[in-house]
Amino acid sequence: MSEAFRDRIDITLTVNGEPVEARVASGQHLTDFLRLELGLTGAHASCEHGVCGACTVEVDGAPIRGCLMLAPQADGAEVWTVEGLTDTAAIQDLQEAFVAKNALQCGFCTPGMLVAAKDLLSRGGIPSRQEIREHMSGNYCRCTGYEAIVDAVETVAQARAGRGAA
Amino acid sequence: MTIEFGNPDRPNSYIGKTVPRPNAGRLVQGRGRYVDDIVLPRMVHVAFVRSPFAHARITGIDAGEAKSVKGVLRVFTGKDIAEVCTPWVAVLAHLKGLKSPPEYPIAVDRACWVGEPVAAVVATSRAAAEDGSALIDVDYDPLPVVTDMMSALDADTPVLHEDMGDNLAFRRLHEAGDVEAAFKSAHKVVSTRFRTARHTGVTLEPRSILADWNPAEGQLTAYHATQAPHMIQTVLAEHLGVPEGRVRVICGDVGGSYGIKVHVYPDEVATAAIAKIMARPVKFVADRLESFTTDIHARDHEIEARIAVEEDGSITAMDVDDWTAIGAYSVYPRTSAIEGNQVVNLCGGPYDFKNYRAQTTVVFQNKTPTCQYRAVGHPIAVAITEGLVDQAAAELGMDPVEIRRRNMFRDDAYPVTSPANMRFEALSHHASMNKLMDLMDYDGLRAEQAELRKSGIHRGIGIASFIELTNPSPFMYGIGGARISAQDGCTVRMDPDGSLVALSGVTEQGQGTEAMLSQIVAEGVGVSPDKVRVITGDTQVTPYGGGTWASRGAGIGGEAALQSARALRESILTVAAAMLQTEQSRLDIRDGQVVDTATGESRMPLEEIGRIVYFRGDTLPKGLPRELVQTRHFITSDYPFAFTNGVQASYLEVDIETGVVKLLKHWCVEDCGRIINPQLVDEQIRGGIVQGVGGALFEEIHYDGDGQLLNGSMADYLVPMAAEMPDMVVGHVETPTKESLLGAKGAGEAGTAGAPAAVMNAINDALRPRGAQITEMPFTPERILRALGVLKD
Ligand code: FES
Ligand code: FES
Repeated sequence: MSEAFRDRIDITLTVNGEPVEARVASGQHLTDFLRLELGLTGAHASCEHGVCGACTVEVDGAPIRGCLMLAPQADGAEVWTVEGLTDTAAIQDLQEAFVAKNALQCGFCTPGMLVAAKDLLSRGGIPSRQEIREHMSGNYCRCTGYEAIVDAVETVAQARAGRGAA
Repeated sequence: MTIEFGNPDRPNSYIGKTVPRPNAGRLVQGRGRYVDDIVLPRMVHVAFVRSPFAHARITGIDAGEAKSVKGVLRVFTGKDIAEVCTPWVAVLAHLKGLKSPPEYPIAVDRACWVGEPVAAVVATSRAAAEDGSALIDVDYDPLPVVTDMMSALDADTPVLHEDMGDNLAFRRLHEAGDVEAAFKSAHKVVSTRFRTARHTGVTLEPRSILADWNPAEGQLTAYHATQAPHMIQTVLAEHLGVPEGRVRVICGDVGGSYGIKVHVYPDEVATAAIAKIMARPVKFVADRLESFTTDIHARDHEIEARIAVEEDGSITAMDVDDWTAIGAYSVYPRTSAIEGNQVVNLCGGPYDFKNYRAQTTVVFQNKTPTCQYRAVGHPIAVAITEGLVDQAAAELGMDPVEIRRRNMFRDDAYPVTSPANMRFEALSHHASMNKLMDLMDYDGLRAEQAELRKSGIHRGIGIASFIELTNPSPFMYGIGGARISAQDGCTVRMDPDGSLVALSGVTEQGQGTEAMLSQIVAEGVGVSPDKVRVITGDTQVTPYGGGTWASRGAGIGGEAALQSARALRESILTVAAAMLQTEQSRLDIRDGQVVDTATGESRMPLEEIGRIVYFRGDTLPKGLPRELVQTRHFITSDYPFAFTNGVQASYLEVDIETGVVKLLKHWCVEDCGRIINPQLVDEQIRGGIVQGVGGALFEEIHYDGDGQLLNGSMADYLVPMAAEMPDMVVGHVETPTKESLLGAKGAGEAGTAGAPAAVMNAINDALRPRGAQITEMPFTPERILRALGVLKD
């Protein structure tokens, strides 16, 4: 790691609706920033390579891999993590469906899964099971075999569309 | 003796129902507490320098530059750690002849695989520790490398561990009946070479430990992502020279394990040793490359096998020659000979035949050590057996279901002993097969397959029957000298408000252990499950137990919970009878109330008993027992293992132009005995199937001839993703074990045991009209095109 990399940068952003000012190491990725500096341990580091999706959080309305974004790049951004999405009840129906369908086992992939599912559902309509599967394919789960996750997302899509039961 | 839990209208009928998992709500809110989430005062981080060579002598370590990195506190070599930590030797007495050299937490003078720890750098942040470790200068003198399995024992292959004499770690031959004669007189003999690839578990949460030595108390506390906290307690105590009672292992949320986190890892022991030296908390969380190079690998087998059948399809003999290479060391303390041993024990499992020979040969090589990973040996044994049976059926022109029906042990034949000397208490192969046929509409699918074939679409149906070993007794590890508990315990306590706390020695990694235990305790005492708090994973708090592995949580831990709950129910009723001045036998507990058994009329809430016992004990008769805490332990003793059985089916399409396999649907019918929570069991099966499918289609660790691991990232080691997986239909037959009141056997590994064989047989069913067959996993498009003769060279 070069000297320049160890430089610190001041950033100002909103995390879960709260203003945050911080001086961060320029090489720190967003996941480490959220976890180590803000104590938001909902987003997980797993591959730190952009593959598994366990670190997915919402940045300016889009699902982003926290391990692929440097904290300084989040300057001025609006970041939501599973903690904030829980507090505002933004994904309550999804969370309830995940519990009801047992769409999580160890739960390590779950915060990322929820953000990815939120993104799909925000597009409206009722995606087909294959569409759900395609959309969720950026998020690995080694426990569930995925079917229960697809069930949960499908259930919420149907409920939100006013058809079927939650 | 097993209790009947069949009547759904019985009081407190929670066993057998889908009830929500108590810990799921926390996890969906991001409120899990995995090891990496824990921060302690004065905590430091360790990063490891790892060998870039598969085999090299370490001739010097220069840490000068590393120590100048801001934040770096200490650097440790193998010698430094060896001063406070003894090496281990991973052998078991009952695996006769198994050998392995002493292994140190950090290599002392020789590194034996790429990724073996060579030095450790401790710093105030993980980033600084990594920066420091990049600057450690290690001098290596490369040594000859052993990588190939089949030539590992050749005379001109270098010997990896000189003191061991040769590269043979273990060999076992089992022979029953007259195999040669049976093959000589057989109507048909089919032989095939199988290969299963080297896998690893890819838990999304990497291996993690946070160890804290408090010299003032003389206690080591390890927050550890593990499946077996008590085993780890024993190991840390023994090798760090701390009394066992002064080691506390705490296991909170664990982000996936599948067998990966049931072993002793050198870097984790080194972390605890460093905590002891530095007298402060030290955290180690593996990064993903470290996961690929140092999490145990598994399933690297090559097998030559043959089967003899009569004209009517009866199997008369099987002969299996299994080879596996386990890396540089046998893994502590379970050893790396179990997988091969399981192949010997499990081949031919569902079938009633007499003449059986199987040999496993386990060799050392300069690669990452292999050890037990979900369904240990089963996917290999089932692929061999079911692959051979399918080929025999094809040779005889017989339907694959029919040949199985002719050979499976009859459902009324039990108890029986298999030709591999496995004892089966009661299995249901035929009932399971019948159920599968209905669920999948086998005949309809066959018709559809034939119809589509006319238009050049190659679909295949693959069937795989299997047995699964669960609820292990001390015959698995204990008799070999390993301090791994086959017994497990549960303490159930009633608090003043009438709520219950259950402390169990089995652990939770997402399977739903805590939900399952809460249901059992709720039913056993007579409250609703939300009145039960379950605590697992703390060696200073829970009864001593084995933890969660080999599908033992429900069968062993669940039975201990049921017995302790029933004992607590009795003690509550003793107090209630005294308070109500009636006979205990007239009282029952239902939904948190003491009731009149005959009428169901409520007599008193449990809170009232709590109030009297805890605060007004003076009002109870002197000498009346008032023990509102009960502990029971359970161990199986009639059978070494509780075998389960099942059958899977895969329906898929092979694109013969591209070699790509599209999974269309998957079925599994299995019999894990008493089902405690149907949803949790189904999800164990589904998750297991997908892990098995991963092995069949994608997963393979690649090494080059120098022992360099070539695909150490999630982008290069492929695991199943949502889009590629089919929907899965799960059905059950319930044959409870009579060994316990609960009657539960295990369900965690059945999916993984049978799925690869089902997929293999389906692919070969699709390819058979083209005269092609593949038996080397994973079944990549390239291998399929080679089998089809499209790709040559
Ligand atoms: S940790 Fe970011 S994608 Fe895996
Ligand atoms: S629930 Fe464990 S990885 Fe998805």
